[in-house]
Amino acid sequence: MTPSATEIELRPTADDHRIARHAAAAIVLTVAEAAIPLPLPGVKPGLANIVTLVVLARWGWREAAWVALLRVIVGSLVLGQFLAPGFFLSLAGGLASLVALGVSMHLPRRVFGPVSHSVLAAFAHFAGQLVVARIWLVPHDGVFYLVPVFALAATVFGLVNGLVAARLLEARGG
Amino acid sequence: MSRGPALRAWLAAWARHLRAGDLLVLALAVGVCIASALGLWQGGRPDKAVIRAGGKVFLEVDLSAPRIVEVPGPLGRTRIEIQPGRARVAADPGPRQYCVRQGWLATAGAVAICAPNQVSLALAGRNADYDSLSY
Repeated sequence: MTPSATEIELRPTADDHRIARHAAAAIVLTVAEAAIPLPLPGVKPGLANIVTLVVLARWGWREAAWVALLRVIVGSLVLGQFLAPGFFLSLAGGLASLVALGVSMHLPRRVFGPVSHSVLAAFAHFAGQLVVARIWLVPHDGVFYLVPVFALAATVFGLVNGLVAARLLEARGG
Repeated sequence: MSRGPALRAWLAAWARHLRAGDLLVLALAVGVCIASALGLWQGGRPDKAVIRAGGKVFLEVDLSAPRIVEVPGPLGRTRIEIQPGRARVAADPGPRQYCVRQGWLATAGAVAICAPNQVSLALAGRNADYDSLSY
């Protein structure tokens, strides 16, 4: 068959394959996590962020951003949440935590490890979600009543995810 | 007991990944948790009761000491009972007794209204959970 003039050939690079692999791992974690019953909407372990943290440490911010945003979009498609309110909350949280990661990765490496990145990103994540929730979904200051719960969840899950990421990085010689 | 050393070794394996700055970040995070809980979850405590009769403020009472206030109205006298941190309408000459049946009010912004006798009892605090309640 002769290729027509309008046919576009995509040649995925090694980078594309790597991003796709990492995003796939993150999406699996997102879907698996959706099966865990949780007492409060919005409080989730965010296990997929372990993948983001590892990618950030090994391949840099740009690739981590790809993985995180692909995970948000594809994860919501798989769960049937795409363009639903939960999707925009995830997107806002994901973007805010990417900004936090971009800033915190420049902290001195010897003193601040993946746990710092993880906790700071978790706080940015819930702050980003809360801002969107306050402006759009629940236009009332009542949403801030839950800040202590979210802050505690961000601390605990940020610590756990950061430790797991640190250990994975060590195992892979990162 | 035999689990002790294994558990400690397991914890140490994880703790090895914590760097000095990580501990600082964690301490800050816990600080934010505590500060936000104290700041946001204690706003509902009332510190005074505002008693109105016929639409005008009749009395403002501090909610620190127990006290009983009698308020005159068109039907008779409404008796309001104050205790540290809470207040209620103890007796009212109104026919339906809604304000009496509300019982103790203990959050800033809560209101009991004895409409027939034109008496109301409202609790006020620095940070009320809500501006007002209507029934």
